Amino acid sequence: MKLTQGTFSFLPDLTDEQIRSQVEYCLDQGWAVAIEYTDDPHPRNSYWEMFGPPMFDIRDAAGILTELRSCRQTFPNHYIKVNAFDSTHGRESLRLSFIVGRPPKEPGFRLERQEGPGRTVRYTTHAYATDRPEGERY
Amino acid sequence: MKVTDERVTAKTGAARYKAGVLKYAQMGYWDSDYVPKDTDILALFRITPQEGVDAQEAAAAVAGESSTATWTVVWTDRLTACDRYRAKAYRVDPVPGSPGQYFAYIAYDLDLFEPGSIANVSASIIGNVFGFKPLKALRLEDMRFPAAYVKTFQGPPTGIVVERERLDKFGRPLLGATVKPKLGLSGKNYGRVVYEALKGGLDFTKDDENINSQPFMHWRDRFLYCMEAVNRAQAATGEVKGTYLNVTAGTMEGMYERAEFAKELGSVVVMIDLVIGYTAIQSMSLWARRNDMILHLHRAGHSTYTRQKNHGVSFRVISKWMRLAGVDHIHAGTVVGKLEGDPNSVQGFYNVLREEHNTVDLQRGIFFDQDWAGLRAVMPVASGGIHAGQMHQLLHYLGEDTVLQFGGGTIGHPMGIAAGATANRVALEAMVLARNEGRDIWNEGPDILVNAARHCAPLRAALDVWGEITFNYESTDTPDFVPTSTAAA
Repeated sequence: MKLTQGTFSFLPDLTDEQIRSQVEYCLDQGWAVAIEYTDDPHPRNSYWEMFGPPMFDIRDAAGILTELRSCRQTFPNHYIKVNAFDSTHGRESLRLSFIVGRPPKEPGFRLERQEGPGRTVRYTTHAYATDRPEGERY
Repeated sequence: MKVTDERVTAKTGAARYKAGVLKYAQMGYWDSDYVPKDTDILALFRITPQEGVDAQEAAAAVAGESSTATWTVVWTDRLTACDRYRAKAYRVDPVPGSPGQYFAYIAYDLDLFEPGSIANVSASIIGNVFGFKPLKALRLEDMRFPAAYVKTFQGPPTGIVVERERLDKFGRPLLGATVKPKLGLSGKNYGRVVYEALKGGLDFTKDDENINSQPFMHWRDRFLYCMEAVNRAQAATGEVKGTYLNVTAGTMEGMYERAEFAKELGSVVVMIDLVIGYTAIQSMSLWARRNDMILHLHRAGHSTYTRQKNHGVSFRVISKWMRLAGVDHIHAGTVVGKLEGDPNSVQGFYNVLREEHNTVDLQRGIFFDQDWAGLRAVMPVASGGIHAGQMHQLLHYLGEDTVLQFGGGTIGHPMGIAAGATANRVALEAMVLARNEGRDIWNEGPDILVNAARHCAPLRAALDVWGEITFNYESTDTPDFVPTSTAAA
């Protein structure tokens, strides 16, 4: 399977040039860019690991791409995403979030069902990879 | 010496309260010198007086009938602070290009209204006056609510920002589809459509407004099959998915029962129809806030009173009422689809729903500044006759914080439902990517789509089938204004 979280997951993997354009767009809007990685891709895993704090003070795309290369070298088999935070009042949240790195093989998720009364079912989404300890999953 | 016009000058003292009939202006409902207070509720009406009724008297009559007046003088007024409770018509302008019609501005004291009640606001402002004989027609065009009154409402239970955080979806419009055919599918077949559409790339599917609990599919069956579909699609994609389970029922008890069941099954969203009424909407909004549920509103029935320009209630007013009442999604027009929607008017509705503060924008039909006082924003939904080939126009007109719903444009795809969903998602992501890269999507949109279709056969097929389909009809509900000329013009 292909994990389709993030803004551009239905497109072919973005080239570094395309990533740079998106980062430039974010910086032009005044947003702070951050890089995060994980080996637990559950759809409700809200807290991927931060590859450093959001880069509030890096205002050129080249600097951010350097950080991204460094993250990819450190975690070649993890999911990696680029986030952009907007601190404007009334938003104060992410404005863009897209995947820029993924493991070579994505085994995906198992759906577990626990039958309950009245034909109800309790569902659990289970990432196959998380059967192994953190850091040894992909 | 100042000449006073007897007909529009308020009488005072004993002359004012002598038994009999006075003109509304003479009763004190017209005051051209009135300066609206920051705490007043303001309304703008489009009035069409009968022949021989002058515009100021007609405006005064609307003010009177929507506040304290009745057709004759009553002495019991004198037991009250009646000057304060009388609404004041304070300005009348001819409607540009529409002879016989006038824009009437009316101010209402805040004490005329119950806190936190759209039922009360609507009963006051549109309760009685729309059938008033001296007027041929009457339309409520816009309202301004003071911050003090806005703060008496909870507003949207979730709001755009929190909805995006819960769904983990940023930077692009969300995608949905209404399950078709609207009526007749069994629960099991219905869930199939939901599964295919969500797995193929949509974020949401949706019950239609009249899918409730009919002989061919009872609500419990639908909810159970739909949640199987939602969970299967989540596992297949790793994304959070949702389906708007319509909990509209004949009674509040019925709606609460259905909503509780949706929650028990783990749905992230439930849906209601506008026809359940304002009080029921506010009750469901409280329920949704208590239960961390996104609340989708389908504006079923609105066109009966929003569409004609000379009579009824503008949808921008309904938008304001629904933001106060507290819904998270509301259908607000597509501009390019099969349903009524002038681009400027629709952008006006979207601004009302999404902005922190609206400023006067006559071109988009916004007559008042409106401070939303921290009330969360409503996600407008564009639904009805739209397809992937219009993606650049949709993004251009409607922006990012919207749900684009392609029902026929997903389910009618020649390669199947999942392929239809994929086509829409690829078209959307390609367009957002291009826009962020600084491309001129309005002009280059068709090329961007054709390029994206090179790596996506379903998009290619969608463009082949629907690429040329448009709905170019004249809009009936357009703002009337005279553009201010600028140096550049």
